[in-house]
Amino acid sequence: MIEIIKSGLYDSIQDLGRMGVRQFGVPVSGVMDVYCAKLANALLDNDEESALLEFNWQGPQLKFHLDTYISISGANCNPSLNVKPIKNNQRIRIRPGDVLTFGKCDMGFRGYIAVAGGFQSDKVMGSRSMYKHVTDKPVLLKGDMLQAKPCLNLNIVSRVSIKVPKSHFRSKYLDVMPGIEFGKLSKAVQKMLFQQKFTVANASNRMAYQCNETVENDLQSIITTLVLPGTVQLTPSGELMILMRDCQTTGGYPRIFQLSESSINRLAQKKTGDEFRFKMVNKF
Amino acid sequence: MDFILTYHRYSERSILIEWPQDIDENILEDIMLFKNYLEGLGLKSIVDIISAYNSMLIIYNEAIDNINDAFLTLKRYYIKRKLGQSQTSRLWQIPVCYDESFGWDLQEISNKNMLSKGDLVRLHCQAIYRVYFIGFLPGFLYLGGLNGRLHFPRKKTPRKRIEKGAVAIGGNQTGIYPNESPAGWHVIGNCPLKLFCPSNAKPCFAKPGDRVQFYQVSKDEHQKICTAAEAGNFYIKHGVVDD
Repeated sequence: MIEIIKSGLYDSIQDLGRMGVRQFGVPVSGVMDVYCAKLANALLDNDEESALLEFNWQGPQLKFHLDTYISISGANCNPSLNVKPIKNNQRIRIRPGDVLTFGKCDMGFRGYIAVAGGFQSDKVMGSRSMYKHVTDKPVLLKGDMLQAKPCLNLNIVSRVSIKVPKSHFRSKYLDVMPGIEFGKLSKAVQKMLFQQKFTVANASNRMAYQCNETVENDLQSIITTLVLPGTVQLTPSGELMILMRDCQTTGGYPRIFQLSESSINRLAQKKTGDEFRFKMVNKF
Repeated sequence: MDFILTYHRYSERSILIEWPQDIDENILEDIMLFKNYLEGLGLKSIVDIISAYNSMLIIYNEAIDNINDAFLTLKRYYIKRKLGQSQTSRLWQIPVCYDESFGWDLQEISNKNMLSKGDLVRLHCQAIYRVYFIGFLPGFLYLGGLNGRLHFPRKKTPRKRIEKGAVAIGGNQTGIYPNESPAGWHVIGNCPLKLFCPSNAKPCFAKPGDRVQFYQVSKDEHQKICTAAEAGNFYIKHGVVDD
């Protein structure tokens, strides 16, 4: 078992999300940064669907009550095992009684802790991803005990360390293709969307990223229609809503862009105040 | 009836098909035909198909390499859609308590639309609503068919929180909130049923294409149904509709 001694900011269990349940109005959910989460699982030879612990900016404090391996990827929050610094993107041997802590976040926003075999919480609608009114709890709290499978092979010697390109965290560009209603915007607004610099607003969360800047908008709301993670909606007051993994399945605001999968992952590593620009690409 | 559809690439792995921009039962039925046909094919390349008033989104398990080929394939399937198995549609009888303690905005709608509360409830229960799709919240049914005399604009400032089961009116739509939520619609009553059960094989009682009618229950009955529904012992009355 793995005990949460102190929780971080909105720690949750996430996997690759729920498939085939959007027809019931259920969001896909799942890890915000699929790229880093897959990396953490791959380091432990886990299936890519294995559930991980996702944390934001501030990592939790965990106490392990089992022999296993873990790996940490995504945001670099200076992790330590029993007060001794350890690195992201490595396989780390864990013994009963070990305590994992995090320090200041140097790079990125969302971090992932993978455990050998994956976290074993209950699956609801085919996934372990936490979401309000679907799973029992929306977030992890202090005192929660997380289950993991016993690790069968504890003699793996691995010196593999994977480097994640810094551009994954620092690139200021989000690749987009035109959204369904993009063509209805005036040419001037279309042009402006690519010239303007945007910054991440404080209200951003797993449902959507919002921006501090507004855009002139003369588009009306549309008949409620379908949206996906990565859809950029423009509200009547000119605010941009970039939908993320926990977004609703439907919406009534014009859809001006669709982010590429890798841009959704990159945006998930941005925090309040970070800057970005949109870049139109012909093909993702 | 054949519609002229437009096909768009929506993302790396999805295609959006659009029908004319109207809220219309003929469009709903055509979308359902196409969706059922595609689902019946059991294609491994498709992971999810969702629909709304006049669109359908097809999500593939891999990036779409040649978008024109993918469009062409879908256009061929559209021509064949009537060969799919037709789905049985049902009419569900849904209890609603319109007591003042639940119907927070009954008085306001009654005043502004110049209807007695009795007439308001009668009109709300008289109509047979069509389920267009499920969205917004898990288990939230988008219903069409609200009587024109009950249309009522959304709140300027949404309420921070309304109760689970709240029955509300927003513009020309009516609906039931399956769980507590912030809400911009005006609340007229409460439904005691469990509208979204994530652990059930069928998480929602109704599906797009089904019909719903409300019937009035007292506060006492509401409480009884609530207890039975929580325990999984309430049978929602329904019948099969021949289209």
